Amino acid sequence: MGEQLLQQIVNGLLIGFMYALIAIGLTLIWGVMNIVNFAHGDFLMVGMFTSFWLYTLYGVDPLFSIPVCTALLFVMGLLIYRFVVSKVMSGPILAQLVVTFGVSIFIANLAVYLWTPDFRLIAKPLLSGTWDIGGIQLSIPKTVASIGSVIISLFVFLFLKKAKTGKAILATEMDREAALLMGINTERINSLSFGMGAALVGIAGAFLSTYYYIYPQVGGSFGLIAFVVVALGGFGSIEGAFIAGILVGLVQTLGGFFFDPAYKYAIVFMIYLITVWIRPQGLLGW
Amino acid sequence: MQNITFKQTFYGIIALILAIVFPLIIANTAAQHVVILFFMFGMMGVAWNIMGGYAGMFSFGQVAFFGIGAYTSSFLLIAYQVNPWIGLIIGGLVAALVAAAIGYPCSDLRGHYFAIASIAFGEIVRIHFNNWKLIGAAEGLSLPMLDEGFKNFMFHSSKLPYYYIMLAFLIISLIVCYLISTSKMGYYFRAIKEGHDVAKVLGINVVWYRLIAIMVSAFLTAMAGTFYAQYVLYIDPESVMLLPISIQIVLISMLGGAGSVMGPVIGALILIPISEVTRMWLGYKGTGIDMIIYGFLITLISVYQPKGVWGLFSNIGKRAK
Repeated sequence: MGEQLLQQIVNGLLIGFMYALIAIGLTLIWGVMNIVNFAHGDFLMVGMFTSFWLYTLYGVDPLFSIPVCTALLFVMGLLIYRFVVSKVMSGPILAQLVVTFGVSIFIANLAVYLWTPDFRLIAKPLLSGTWDIGGIQLSIPKTVASIGSVIISLFVFLFLKKAKTGKAILATEMDREAALLMGINTERINSLSFGMGAALVGIAGAFLSTYYYIYPQVGGSFGLIAFVVVALGGFGSIEGAFIAGILVGLVQTLGGFFFDPAYKYAIVFMIYLITVWIRPQGLLGW
Repeated sequence: MQNITFKQTFYGIIALILAIVFPLIIANTAAQHVVILFFMFGMMGVAWNIMGGYAGMFSFGQVAFFGIGAYTSSFLLIAYQVNPWIGLIIGGLVAALVAAAIGYPCSDLRGHYFAIASIAFGEIVRIHFNNWKLIGAAEGLSLPMLDEGFKNFMFHSSKLPYYYIMLAFLIISLIVCYLISTSKMGYYFRAIKEGHDVAKVLGINVVWYRLIAIMVSAFLTAMAGTFYAQYVLYIDPESVMLLPISIQIVLISMLGGAGSVMGPVIGALILIPISEVTRMWLGYKGTGIDMIIYGFLITLISVYQPKGVWGLFSNIGKRAK
């Protein structure tokens, strides 16, 4: 029992780091422009497929396709911001909510059309197998992805705190009007944040493709979980998203372990409802 | 707020006559089916509009109420031979109760926060129904074949009775929505939508009125759920609990014009035939083309017609005066 429990905790942490990485991009977009990107999970799917095709067609290992995924998703994010999201920024809040649903359905089904709804797997990634540490199984690709998640989150955190552009993003997040008055081009910050948010989830997609099934609808559940993570952590808070991601991963696996695996997502959503009820601003929100 | 003008009465009567004679002229059952779906989604759009369009709570979890309605009446019929008409009322009450239970803790949530909470709620209900052995879990429920007739809410030889029942339901929901929108409560709803805190300061019992809006909306949506179960005679979580149905409902209201009585009906009139026809023509291959078009359409509407087409109509009317 003790060892099993420890194993579950490890599994929870490993999935939690992945949730954290996915959610960081989402929280950035949400925090800066107050847009809920329902297509976030589909961006993840595009990242996974990019990595899959680079592997299948050119034999590039997912680890090395990270830069391509990052760049591609960044451009995709910029374009979607420029041609879709920016147009609803001043519109009714309902349109802002619905528009990314449209983008989501469009992207997911474009993938169905192009690549069929089949499940795929990268057959022989560089990273595979497990480490056995005192009876605890540690999946190597998941561990590497977790380390990647920590490094990237740290990088984003430092970028926002130290770099000039990062500070401009934070300023816009706090007070758009004031930022504008201080000479910050908030429109540029918007598109940059959207691109960055997409690029970050693209990286997550590359990591995820080393050990997870790749199919057009894969973004659905990951996207919904990412919302819970963002809300739990506090909207726009990178540290919050990171901590909440790990929490959600733990809750999900331990909930499945102690109750019923079929209910693991239901437990996560329950946690979300309880959180917004008690503390609407999230754990680290203000 | 607005009294019905002579012109509106005139158009309303024409629309009603058209709706009544349509299935008598067009005997094609596929066409009748599309119109029945149009009425059904129109009704759910109207129900959404009461809480979303008027009271400003954008629910993306309406499908949970739809499913609860469908499941309650079906389960009562199968397990206890409860007449579906009674099941309809009980289903509505159960949905309203659940709505109150979830709406109360969420009574301070607004905008995006409420929207995501409603998605989470819908997913919890779906996952639960998917695993709840008593009501068939993922296999769903098949309704028993009863004698045809109004009493049993079941008709096998023709779609016509279903057609007129659904039309009646739609009209009932429109009347409810109209009565609310012109009553004092309607003003309170709008005040809450425009400014939650201001409404509170003005002495409006925000929590209470938000609950009423959610419960009325849930009741009507559950009615549509019972109708669906009686119409299709088979339900499972995949058919009555999926998130895309919730999104469809929101979209219908937005396209038609959130916050106007007739808006969602117009939205359903445009969207349901489009989505049904593209599905029939393109969707059977499973290539996703119909959904690509649908997704594109949603994006287009949000960008270019976010306030709905109803506003377009009424603006033209005003200018003409």
